[in-house]
Amino acid sequence: MSKIFAQGLVCPLDKNNVDTDQIIPKQFLTSVSRDGFAEAMFYDWRYLADGSPNPDFVINKPEYQGAGILLTRANFGCGSSREHAPWAIQQYGFNVIIAESFADIFFNNSVNNAMLLIQLSKTNIDLLFNRCQQGPQHWQIDLASQEIMFGNNAAMGFNIDADIKQRLLSGLDFIGSSEQLNPQIADYEQSRKASQPWLG
Amino acid sequence: MSQATSKAQTLYHKIYVSHVVGKLNPGTDLLYVDRHLIHEVTSPQAFSGLKLANRKVRRPDLTFATMDHNVSTQRRSIDAAGETSRKQLEALAANCEENRIPLLDLTHPDQGIVHVIGPEQGLTQPGMIIVCGDSHTSTHGAFGALAFGIGTSEVEHVLATQTLPQQRAKTLKVEINGELSAHVTPKDVIMAVIGKLGTAGGNGCVAEFSGSAIRAMSMEGRMTLCNMSIEMGAKAGLIAPDQITFDYIKGKAHAPKAEHWDAAVQYWQSLYSDADAVFDQLVEIDAAAITPQISWGTNPEQVIAVDQSVPAPDSFTDATKRDAAIRALAYMGLEPGQKLTDCKVDVVFIGSCTNSRIEDLRAAASVVQGQKVAVGVRALVVPGSGVVKRQAEAEGLATIFKDAGFEWREPGCSMCLGMNDDRVEAGQRCASTSNRNFEGRQGRGARTHLVSPAMAAAAAIAGKFVNIAATAAATTNGEQA
Ligand code: SF4
Repeated sequence: MSKIFAQGLVCPLDKNNVDTDQIIPKQFLTSVSRDGFAEAMFYDWRYLADGSPNPDFVINKPEYQGAGILLTRANFGCGSSREHAPWAIQQYGFNVIIAESFADIFFNNSVNNAMLLIQLSKTNIDLLFNRCQQGPQHWQIDLASQEIMFGNNAAMGFNIDADIKQRLLSGLDFIGSSEQLNPQIADYEQSRKASQPWLG
Repeated sequence: MSQATSKAQTLYHKIYVSHVVGKLNPGTDLLYVDRHLIHEVTSPQAFSGLKLANRKVRRPDLTFATMDHNVSTQRRSIDAAGETSRKQLEALAANCEENRIPLLDLTHPDQGIVHVIGPEQGLTQPGMIIVCGDSHTSTHGAFGALAFGIGTSEVEHVLATQTLPQQRAKTLKVEINGELSAHVTPKDVIMAVIGKLGTAGGNGCVAEFSGSAIRAMSMEGRMTLCNMSIEMGAKAGLIAPDQITFDYIKGKAHAPKAEHWDAAVQYWQSLYSDADAVFDQLVEIDAAAITPQISWGTNPEQVIAVDQSVPAPDSFTDATKRDAAIRALAYMGLEPGQKLTDCKVDVVFIGSCTNSRIEDLRAAASVVQGQKVAVGVRALVVPGSGVVKRQAEAEGLATIFKDAGFEWREPGCSMCLGMNDDRVEAGQRCASTSNRNFEGRQGRGARTHLVSPAMAAAAAIAGKFVNIAATAAATTNGEQA
C-alpha cells in the first residue's frame, strides 16, 4: 500500500519561462526571515497597480482557491537563484509542481524544501492542460509508484531521479545526511592542504 | 555519460572528480567547496537555520562576504537604501562578525559586486569549486573554476559542511572560432549564443566555451561570457585557463603566494578538456558572423542584431515562442517590423556583474568622449567595485562620463535589479548593460534592452538606440555620425 505524497486541487498556470523575479519580485527579498512570502507570490501578475487582486490572473479565480498542485509549462523557475521563490510557492500551499521542464537551481531549491517537482513531456503536459479545461481537477500524487492519479482508475506515470525520490520519501535532514561523512570531509581537507597548500 | 572505453575527460569532469569527498547515494556525490561567497540577500536565513540547529561555520576562512545588492550607490551609508535594506545589511555584518567571516562592507575601499570582487581579490582560481547564493556565480567559470549559483538551503549546507551534494551534469561545448568584427564585444557574443540556443538550451549542462575567439578574449571578456551562461539555463560556464588567466591572477591579494606560485600554475596547466573528450552536445559558432546585438523582448533569447527589425510573432514556427513574442511586444510597447534604432531611450545603465569592469568602462568612455548625454535621458555609470572605480578615476574615465552628463556612482548592483534605490519607472525604456530583461526586473513596468557597454554609451549620446558598427564606420570615413 503506497502512501499518497500529495493530493489536491490543480491550478493551471499556462505560461512558459516563468522566472523567479515573477514568482517573487525583488522588493520582497529584503526580509531576513524564511516566512511570510505567500502573499507576495506572483505579485506583479496577482495584484493590480492599486493593490487589489487582478481578477484575470488564474491564481485569483474562485475555482482555484485552495489549490495544492501547480501545473505549468517549460523552463519554470529560470533566472535568479532566490530560494524565496519555492518558499513563496510552498507557503501559498503548493507542494507539487508539474511542468515540462524546470531551471536547475529552482529545482534543487524546491527539493531542499521537500517539494515534489514532476517533469513530463510536452505531449503529456498538453494532456494535463486539456483535462483542466474540462473543469477543476483534483489529483493524487503517489510518489512511491510514480503516478499522477486522476480518479476513476485513470493515471499518468512520471519519472524521477532515484536519489531524489528516496530523499523525499525518507524525509532525511539535508545537512544531517552529509554530516555523516564528516570523517571523509576531514580527510579531504588534509590531503587538499598537502597537495594544494595555496588553497588555504 | 562519460564513455567507459576512453580515459579522456572534459574539464568539468576533471574538476568534479578532484572534489569528491564521498558518496551519498548511488548517483549523488558529496563535493568539497573551495570558496563560498556570500551577500546580504540570500544568506540571512541560512545563518538563522545554522543557529537553530546549533551548527557552526566549518570554514570561515574559505567564506567571503560582500554587500552589493541592496546598497545605495549614491552614498556609502548602510541606511541610504531604506529601512529594510539596512536591516539586511546589518544582519550580514553581524553574522560575519559572529562567525569570523571576512566582509568587504561599505567602509572597505574594495567593496563591490560579489562577482567582480571575487576575481579582483584573487579569490577565484582555476580548478576550484566556487559557490554563491546567486545565479551569476557562473561568472567565475571564466578562470576554469566550476562555479555555480545555489539557494539558501544550500548556502546553509556549505556553511555547515564546506561541501555540497551534487550529481554529474551533462556537458555542452560551445566552440567559437574566428575573429570578432570591430565593435562586436563578448556581450554580443553571449547574447548571440543565447539567441541561438534559447533560455533553456543549456538546462542541466555545464557549458564550456572554447575556440580561437575565446582564447583571444581578455579575462574581463571571458567573465562577461560566463556571466550570462546562466541565461541559457546552463548550470555553469567554463573556460580552460591559460597564460591570460595566470597573468590576471598573479599578484592579487588572495592569489597563491610566491612560494606556491609555480606549483599552482603547473596544476592549472593540467586543467583543459582532453582532445578526444566526449561532450553531450556540441555547438559551433563563427565569430566573424556575429554582429552587435540587442534584446527586444522580455527574456534573453529574444535578441536581434541591432540593424534588424523587431520580429513579427508569426515569424516563429514554435507556438510557445510565438505566444511569448506577443506578450513581450505588448509589455515592451513595440510593433513588429519596427527598428530599435528608431526607438527613443529614457534611461541608460552601464554597470552590473556583466559589464562593470574596467574594460567595459573604457569601451563606454571611448564612445562618450567629448560628447553630451542627449536631453531627457538619465544615464548612470556604476563601477563594479572600489578597485574599478579608482582605476577609472585614475585613467580619467570618470571625468569623461561626468562631463558628458552621466551620474558617476559608488559600486553596487544598482539598477540591474532595482532592489535598492535605483529603478527604471514603468513604461520607461532602458539601454542596459546588465543580464536580464525580464518583466519588472529593473522596476515594475520597466522596459529593458540588453546591450554592450559601447552600445549603451552610444544610446545615451543619441537619445535612441544606435548601430555602433555603422556609426563608427561612418565616423572613420570622415562623415558626421
Ligand atoms: S549585478 Fe545584477 S545580476 Fe549581478 S549580482 Fe548584482 S543583481 Fe545579480
